Amino acid sequence: MGAPPEPRWGGELRFCVRADPKTLDPLETTDQPGQTVRYLTGGVLLRLNRATQALEPELAESWHSEMAGRAIGFRIRKGVRFSDGSAFTAADVAYSLKTLFDPASHFPIADSFRRGPGAIVVEQRGPDEVRVVFPQAAAGVERLFDEVVIVSRLWPAARRGAIGMPVLGPYAVAEYHAGSYIRLARNPNYWQTGASGRRLPYIDTLRLLIQQNRALELLRFTKGDIDMVDTLDPEDYARLARGGPWRVDDLGPGLGAEQLWFNQATAAPIPDFKKGWFRSREFRTGLSAALNRADISRVAFSGRAIPAPGAISPANRFWFDARVPTPAYAPQQALATLAQAGFRLTGGTLRDSRGKAVELSIITNSGNRLRERTAALIQEDLAKIGIRVTVVTLDFPSLIERITRTFDYDTCLLGFSSVDLDPTGQMNLWLSSANAHAWNPEQKTPATGWEAEIDRLMELQATESVLVKRKAAFDQVQEIAAREGPMLFLVYRNALCAVSSELRNVQPSVVGPTLIWNIERLYFAPARHLEAKR
Amino acid sequence: MTLVRRLAAILLASFYMVSLFAGWLAPFDYAHQSRDCIAAPPSARHLLGTDELGRDSFSRLIYATRVSLLLAPAAALLATTLAACIGGVAGFRGGIFETIAMKATDLTLSLPWLFLLLIARAWMPLSMPPWQTLLITFLLLGSFGWAGAARVVCAAAGSLRASDMLLYARAYGCSQGRVFAAHLLPTLRPILLAQFLILIPIFILSEGNLGVLGLGVGEPMPSWGNLLRELVDLPAVAERPWMLAPLVVFALVTGCFYLLTSPGDYA
Repeated sequence: MGAPPEPRWGGELRFCVRADPKTLDPLETTDQPGQTVRYLTGGVLLRLNRATQALEPELAESWHSEMAGRAIGFRIRKGVRFSDGSAFTAADVAYSLKTLFDPASHFPIADSFRRGPGAIVVEQRGPDEVRVVFPQAAAGVERLFDEVVIVSRLWPAARRGAIGMPVLGPYAVAEYHAGSYIRLARNPNYWQTGASGRRLPYIDTLRLLIQQNRALELLRFTKGDIDMVDTLDPEDYARLARGGPWRVDDLGPGLGAEQLWFNQATAAPIPDFKKGWFRSREFRTGLSAALNRADISRVAFSGRAIPAPGAISPANRFWFDARVPTPAYAPQQALATLAQAGFRLTGGTLRDSRGKAVELSIITNSGNRLRERTAALIQEDLAKIGIRVTVVTLDFPSLIERITRTFDYDTCLLGFSSVDLDPTGQMNLWLSSANAHAWNPEQKTPATGWEAEIDRLMELQATESVLVKRKAAFDQVQEIAAREGPMLFLVYRNALCAVSSELRNVQPSVVGPTLIWNIERLYFAPARHLEAKR
Repeated sequence: MTLVRRLAAILLASFYMVSLFAGWLAPFDYAHQSRDCIAAPPSARHLLGTDELGRDSFSRLIYATRVSLLLAPAAALLATTLAACIGGVAGFRGGIFETIAMKATDLTLSLPWLFLLLIARAWMPLSMPPWQTLLITFLLLGSFGWAGAARVVCAAAGSLRASDMLLYARAYGCSQGRVFAAHLLPTLRPILLAQFLILIPIFILSEGNLGVLGLGVGEPMPSWGNLLRELVDLPAVAERPWMLAPLVVFALVTGCFYLLTSPGDYA
């Protein structure tokens, strides 16, 4: 047995992004294409290993918590150079972080770091140490450094994101043709090395083709024009699984959940009796028991989803609360629960205590076949307990207008995709004062006792430095949500992807970027036709 | 009437009969979901198989035929009538009438309909039953679909304005209204029929596309529009070619309308 062969160097990897990035400035970008470019080009202090879901040192050799969780100290890696050959130092880290946390700058990523009133202070302590001090204890904030790109202090701020900007990531932007493609070339000074000591990455160039149409993306993949598709519908997955020069992966449940919530907004222009229904725990949990989640998984998602007990999927290994039970499909139990709140099934129609027939509408975004199917299944499930449901599909801007501004809807079916494993990233959803508190946003004071308790627990987990205590607090949040049912979690959709069989060392992950998170270690198989093709 | 036209008439009448008696003929309710039998191929139980929710495709096609075969021609008739009145009068009278009518036509054609339809959807209550949404949708299509046809009718009426036929009618003492109704409109009938025929498939497809705005026919009610919309999933169609049945029926009905009202009858 000899040593394993050295991975092949060279080649061009091609894949699609959905749109042009709004900006290539790594501090400014918020859209998905921009974040992809940022991931591929930017060097960060800490990197989340998408396979183990653990933080690992990157440009920081090590890090530690100080001042009872109020500060994080980083020891900077030595001997690293930017893509233009200039040296990387603690001064670059301090410059990048000070720029990011400057209150006058309003960078979107910086908002995620804010904890209470007061400024975030960045201190350079010697040639290879930097400390970040927060106004109050900031639990789980380390993982946010996975998104903070370190830029060169010597590069003009006005030209940040321009082609030629020195970078610390494995690639640098070489070409950008709006509406067509972005070409990234290897960073010749990238700090990581392969087994032979040669500088990674293995693949020379990446071509990100701008392709909005998913069907065309799939067609290009089957023709061999691109090497990977990171998100597949169950039907497309089934078609590709029949065979071809590729491999398909079902990674199991992804991080996001499909959910249905009831409009409890005080300002909602819906009849008071409907508000009364939606504020009744028995009504919400009764309806939850009437939904056949197993059928939604099997029929709407072709079996590529699993019933969801709560907001956090089992894919989020640490924060998932296994004690939260998945509601069983039990129409009779649903009617019994509804009866506790005065609802009665008479003549095939469910009526409230005043005799009003229970009728409601579900809004969802148009063009999403899986969600439209889910809505149709819910419609029939609820018809079985005498509830007439109207399904209305709306274009996305109209839907957002209704759920965030006019509040003119009964219930909404949507999926929330969670990109952050830590619950602090969900503060905007759970806090009653938050604008993304879907069922009743921006409350001045919590409308219910259980929402006040969720607020308290979320604040606690965000400031508590002991991880076990944080987990206990967030478990309680999940259990309260399951008991009260403000949002009915339906299914966790499986993460499905496809990769060319020529590409090696791909380790798909439910945490994005799904297929390219270890880009520097991907390489092509030494296929005979490869050189001709590329 | 030729044999082909007779056959077309029989076929069209059959489609109408089927649609009128859909409740008796359909083996399943259009909303019934057989969840253990999804995307099934044709069989004795499900003649055209089932869709992704296990609903019987044959039953849904019959009910869809009722919806579209009754409402799309009704909307086309409304639009053609409006086009005949507006375009016909404009062409017949000429001058300021024609200028105003054509400006109104241009304005109608240039309006951003997508946004107007979004506003219409915003005004309509969300819990409106599907059949009400359906009626409103076709009413909107009929009310605002006249403009293109009106231009054609106006041009045709304008060319007849100074014709000998109308000159003789005026010379015999016919009123303007009688000249318009008894002499001009019958002469325009082939053009109006052509416009009517053009509008039927346009309205059927428009209804399907309006589904993305929350208008059109909502779940679970079927229409040709939303059945045809499913055909955009080309790989699925390749795997299950019986999904093309609505397209075949749609083509047959449109062909029958064409054969029955082709200009040869009025030559």
